[in-house]
Amino acid sequence: MQVSREEILHIAKLANLNLKEEEVDTYILHLQDILNFANIVNNAPIDGLKETIGAQDTYNVFRKDEIKQSPATKQELLQNAPEQQEGMFKIPKVIN
Amino acid sequence: MDIIELTVHELIEKLKNKEITREEIVNAYSNRINEKEADVQAFVTICENVQKQLAQVEQKQIKSELAGIPIGIKDNICTKGIKTTCSSKMLENFIAPYDATVMNKINAEGMINFGKLNMDEFAMGASTEYSYFKKTKNPWNLNRVPGGSSGGSAAAVAAGMVPWALGSDTGGSIRQPASFCGIVGLKPTYGLVSRYGLVAFASSLDQIGTLTKDVEDAAILLNVIAGHDEMDTTSANREKVDYTKSLKKDIKGLRIGVPKEYFGDGINPEVKNAIEKVIAKYKELGAIVEECSLDIADYALATYYIIACAEASSNLGRFDGIRYGYRTKNFENLKDIYRNSRSEGFGSEVKRRIILGTYVLSSGYYDAYYKKAQQVRTLVKNEFAKNFEKYDVLLTPTAPNVAFEIGTKSNNPLEMYLADICTVSINIAGLPGISVPCGVNSEEMPIGFQLIGNHFAEETILNAAYAYEKESKFRENYKPQFKK
Amino acid sequence: MSREDYEVVIGLEVHAELSTKTKIFCSCPTEFGGEPNTHCCPICMAMPGTLPVLNEKVVEYAVKAGLATNCEISRDSKNDRKNYFYPDLPKAYQISQYDKPLCEHGYVEIEKENGEKKKIGLTRIHIEEDAGKLNHDEYAGGSLVDLNRAGVPLIEIVSEPDMRSSEEAEKYLRKIKSILEYIEVSDCKMQEGSLRADVNVSVRKKGDTKLGTRTEMKNMNSFRAIVRGIEYEIRRQIDLIEDGGKIEQETLRWDDVSGKTFSMRDKEDAQDYRYFPEPDLVAIRLSEEYIENIKNSLPELPETRKIRYIEQYHLTEREANLLTASKYLSDLFEKAEKISNNPKAVCNWILSDISRILNEKEMEAEQIPFTGEQLAELVQLIDKGTISSAIAKKVLEELFENPKSPEEIIKEKGWIQISDEGAIKEIVQKVLEANPQSVADYKAGKDKALGFLVGQAMKETKGKANPQMLNKMFVEAMNS
Repeated sequence: MQVSREEILHIAKLANLNLKEEEVDTYILHLQDILNFANIVNNAPIDGLKETIGAQDTYNVFRKDEIKQSPATKQELLQNAPEQQEGMFKIPKVIN
Repeated sequence: MDIIELTVHELIEKLKNKEITREEIVNAYSNRINEKEADVQAFVTICENVQKQLAQVEQKQIKSELAGIPIGIKDNICTKGIKTTCSSKMLENFIAPYDATVMNKINAEGMINFGKLNMDEFAMGASTEYSYFKKTKNPWNLNRVPGGSSGGSAAAVAAGMVPWALGSDTGGSIRQPASFCGIVGLKPTYGLVSRYGLVAFASSLDQIGTLTKDVEDAAILLNVIAGHDEMDTTSANREKVDYTKSLKKDIKGLRIGVPKEYFGDGINPEVKNAIEKVIAKYKELGAIVEECSLDIADYALATYYIIACAEASSNLGRFDGIRYGYRTKNFENLKDIYRNSRSEGFGSEVKRRIILGTYVLSSGYYDAYYKKAQQVRTLVKNEFAKNFEKYDVLLTPTAPNVAFEIGTKSNNPLEMYLADICTVSINIAGLPGISVPCGVNSEEMPIGFQLIGNHFAEETILNAAYAYEKESKFRENYKPQFKK
Repeated sequence: MSREDYEVVIGLEVHAELSTKTKIFCSCPTEFGGEPNTHCCPICMAMPGTLPVLNEKVVEYAVKAGLATNCEISRDSKNDRKNYFYPDLPKAYQISQYDKPLCEHGYVEIEKENGEKKKIGLTRIHIEEDAGKLNHDEYAGGSLVDLNRAGVPLIEIVSEPDMRSSEEAEKYLRKIKSILEYIEVSDCKMQEGSLRADVNVSVRKKGDTKLGTRTEMKNMNSFRAIVRGIEYEIRRQIDLIEDGGKIEQETLRWDDVSGKTFSMRDKEDAQDYRYFPEPDLVAIRLSEEYIENIKNSLPELPETRKIRYIEQYHLTEREANLLTASKYLSDLFEKAEKISNNPKAVCNWILSDISRILNEKEMEAEQIPFTGEQLAELVQLIDKGTISSAIAKKVLEELFENPKSPEEIIKEKGWIQISDEGAIKEIVQKVLEANPQSVADYKAGKDKALGFLVGQAMKETKGKANPQMLNKMFVEAMNS
C-alpha cells in the first residue's frame, strides 16, 4: 500500500498533530517502511480465527453502583491545569 | 561489606541479624546516587526526602521486612505529590493527584521511593534515547544504551543506585534493558499486576514488572505488587501465591522447549553461543531440553506494532493541553491549543507511533491492519498454547544482540523495532517472561536469556531461573565497570 | 410540485441519562448540579493512568430498556472507543458500543391523533458515557470546562427511519419517554438534558424507494423544538429541491429563538471516529438467567396499565390512554384515586383542567409542582361540599403557583363554601328582593331566570355559596 502526502496530512489532522513541510517526507518514508513490514499480517494463516481483544478471556467484571469519595480533592484535580477560572478549565472560546 | 552490592534478600537477612540498620541502607544508596548519577543519568526526579520518608516509616512502625528498603520507580507510574513525566515534555511538570495501585502496595510495605527513573518517552523505544530529558548510559559501558524503555530502571539497579526498581513492559521494555544491563527483569502475566496508575501506552499489552539484581528479589518484589485490583478490570482475580516458596525446588524433569526460529540469522553468534551454554547447563541440572517450533516471531512483531500504536494513538489523545500537561504559548483558538500543544509536547517517536496508530484505525484500513492483527493475536496465543502442552517453559535469547552504542539506531525506526523481535510475542499472548543474565560477550557487555511460561506460571519460570542463576554465579563473576 | 408530493422520512437517536447513583465508569455521583468539577475524580477527569470499571446497574438498566421495547438482548456484547477531540470529552474518546450493542431489533407502538396505530422499529440500544459541559464566559471571552456530567451513563436508542411526520416523531419520543419512566431507568427530565434526541430528517418524492439525503439536528431537548425543527427542515429541504438545489448531509443546530437550523460542523473536518474495542474493559456476556430475572422484575408497562384502568376504574379507552401516556400523570392519578376513592373525578381533573394548565404553561407532566395527596384533598373537598367546583378551579391554579394543602389554601383565601341554611336563606331573600322582574319571569315559566338568580347570588358571595342549596332554596321560595 502506497501512502500519499494527502493521506498523511489527513491522518495528522485526525490525530491533531502538525507536520512541518520538511517532516512530511520522512514521515511518509517511515510509515511506508513500517506498513510494508506490517503487511506480514496479511500472509498469516488466520482463516477462521476469531479476534483476540484483551489478553484474557474473562467476562463481566463490574462495579457496584455505590458512591465513593474521590481520592483527590478538587484542588488536586485542578493543580495541573495550564489555565483555570472559577474552578473550571479555561480554553479559548468555543463557538458551537 | 558494601551495602549497595547486596541484594534485597541479603539486606533483609542483615537487618534481621542487626548487622546493619535501615539508616545505613538509606545513606549508602543516597551516597551511591550522588556518586554515580552524573555518569549514568538514570533519574528524572531524585527524591530529596528519603530521610523524611524513613523517619515516617520508623514512626509508623511498619512491620514489613521491606520497611526502609529503597526502590526506584519508572517515571510512567503515578506517584501522588511527585512528578510523573513519562520522560516527556508533555508531562514535564505533571504531578499526579493519586497513587498507582502498585505505589499503594510499595508504600504499605514502608519502602523508600528514591525517585522516578528515566525511560523512552511514553515507553516508546528500546534504548531510552527517546527521553525528552536525558540519555541514560549503560553502567557496563557509558557509551552504550541501557536498553529500553525501562532503561533508567535497569541502569539504576545495575549501577547499584537502587537495590531494585519497578518498570513496565509492553513489548520487552523490562526484559530487554535487564538483559542489556546484566540484571534480572520479570514481566508478569498480563493481569497479574494492576495497571491502575500506569500511564497507558498500549492497554492490552502493558504490564508492570520488576528489575532486580537476582531472581529471589524478583520473587519478593512480585509478592508485593501482584494481586487483584478492583480498579483494573483486566486484573486477574486469583488466589495469592508466595513466589519465594517454589524457588528452591529441584528442576529435574522440567521440560524446556527451545524454539528454533529464535536462533536464526538475526541473532548475534556470541549471543547464540551464550544461550547454548545455558541450554547445556539446564541439561546438566536434569531438565529435558528439546528443540521446538514457534513460527510466529515476524507476525507477532508486525501485530505488535499495529496493536500497540493503535491503542497508543487513542490513549495519548487525552494530552490536549486543557486539564494538565504542556500547553503551547502559540495559540489563538482551540484548534491551535490541540495541534500546537501536541506537536510541541510530543517527541518525534511518539508522534510517529500516533500517526501509524491513527492510520491503521482509520476508515478503510481497519480491516486490513487492526482486525487482521487481532486475528494474528489469536494465532500467536494458539501457537504458544500448543507448545505449553509439551513444555513447562520456553527458552530464547532476550535480545538479538548486546547493548548498542548510543546514537547508532535511533534514526531508523524499523531497525529499532526489530530489536524487540524476541520479546513482543510474549506480550501479544499475555504470557510471563523473565530475562536472566548468562554471561558477557567479547566486549564485556552482558547477555541475557529469556524464559517464557504459561499464563500465571510465574512460579515455574522463577524456579527455573533461580536454578540456573545459582549455578552460573553471574553476579560473582561480572560487575559493571562504568567504562568511558 | 408541492409538499404533498413528497414523503418525509424521520429517524431518532434518543439519549437518555440513566438514573444510577454513580457514573458509568467511576464511583462519582451522577446528581445534577453541584459546584463545577466537584462530582469528579481522577478517572472521570481522564488523569493519565486511570482505568474505567463498568457500573453493573448500567448494564441492568439498558437490558431493562431493551426488554421494555421488545428488543433482542445480546448474549455477547462489548465496549468500544469512539475517538474524537472535543474539550468536553476528557479522554479524547468516548467509551460507547459499536458493533455489539446490548439490545437490538426492537419496536414500540404509537397511536396517532386519528387513532391509527403504528409500529416504530428500534435498530439498537447501547450504553455510553456522557460528556462534560462547556460554560461560555461572555465577559472574558473564553470557555470553561466543567466535567461534573462527564461519565454520567447514557443509553442511546436508535430508531429505524420509520416516522413519516413530526407528529409521529413526537408520539414516538413520548412513548420512549413514558417507557423509560415506567421502568424507572431514567428520570427523562428534558429541561435538564437527561433526555434529548438527535433528529434525522430527509424527504423524497412519493413513490421513490431510495432514501433522500438526510440532515441531523443535534441535541433537541423539548417536544416543541422537535416538532418545529422537523417542520422547518421539511420545508427547507423541499424548497431547496424545488429550486433545483441539493441537500447536503450535515449536522445542524436548531435555534429555538430564530426558528431556524444552522450548520454545525466545519465541513473540512470530516469525522473518522476510528472505533476499536476498548482494551481496558472485558467483554460482557449475559446469561439466560440474568435476562430472565430482569424480565421478571419489569414493572407494569403503559399498555398493561391502560387495560387495567379500563377494567378496574371503568375509564374509557381514550381516558386510559391519555392517563397512562405519562408515568407522572398516571402515578398522580393512582395516588389521588387511592386516597379520594373517586377515580372518575380525579381522571377528569387531570385530563381537563390540569392538562389545560400544563398546555398553557408549556410544562411537562413531571413539572407538576403538587402531589397526589394534594389533588386527592381537592377532590374530597368538592365531594364533601366544602368548596364548589368553581372555587376548586381557583384552588388548582393556586396549587400550580404555590403548592400546599388545598384546605389551607381555602382557609387562607376565605374560599370555604357557604352551606349554612340560614346564611343561604338570607342571600336568597336579598337577591329575590333586588330582582322582582326575574321572579316574575320565572313564575311566567321562564326557567332561565332561575340561572340568572343563582348567578347573582354567587356573585354576591364571591362564588362561595353552595350552588345546589341555592337552587333548591330559590325554587322553594318562588314556588311558595
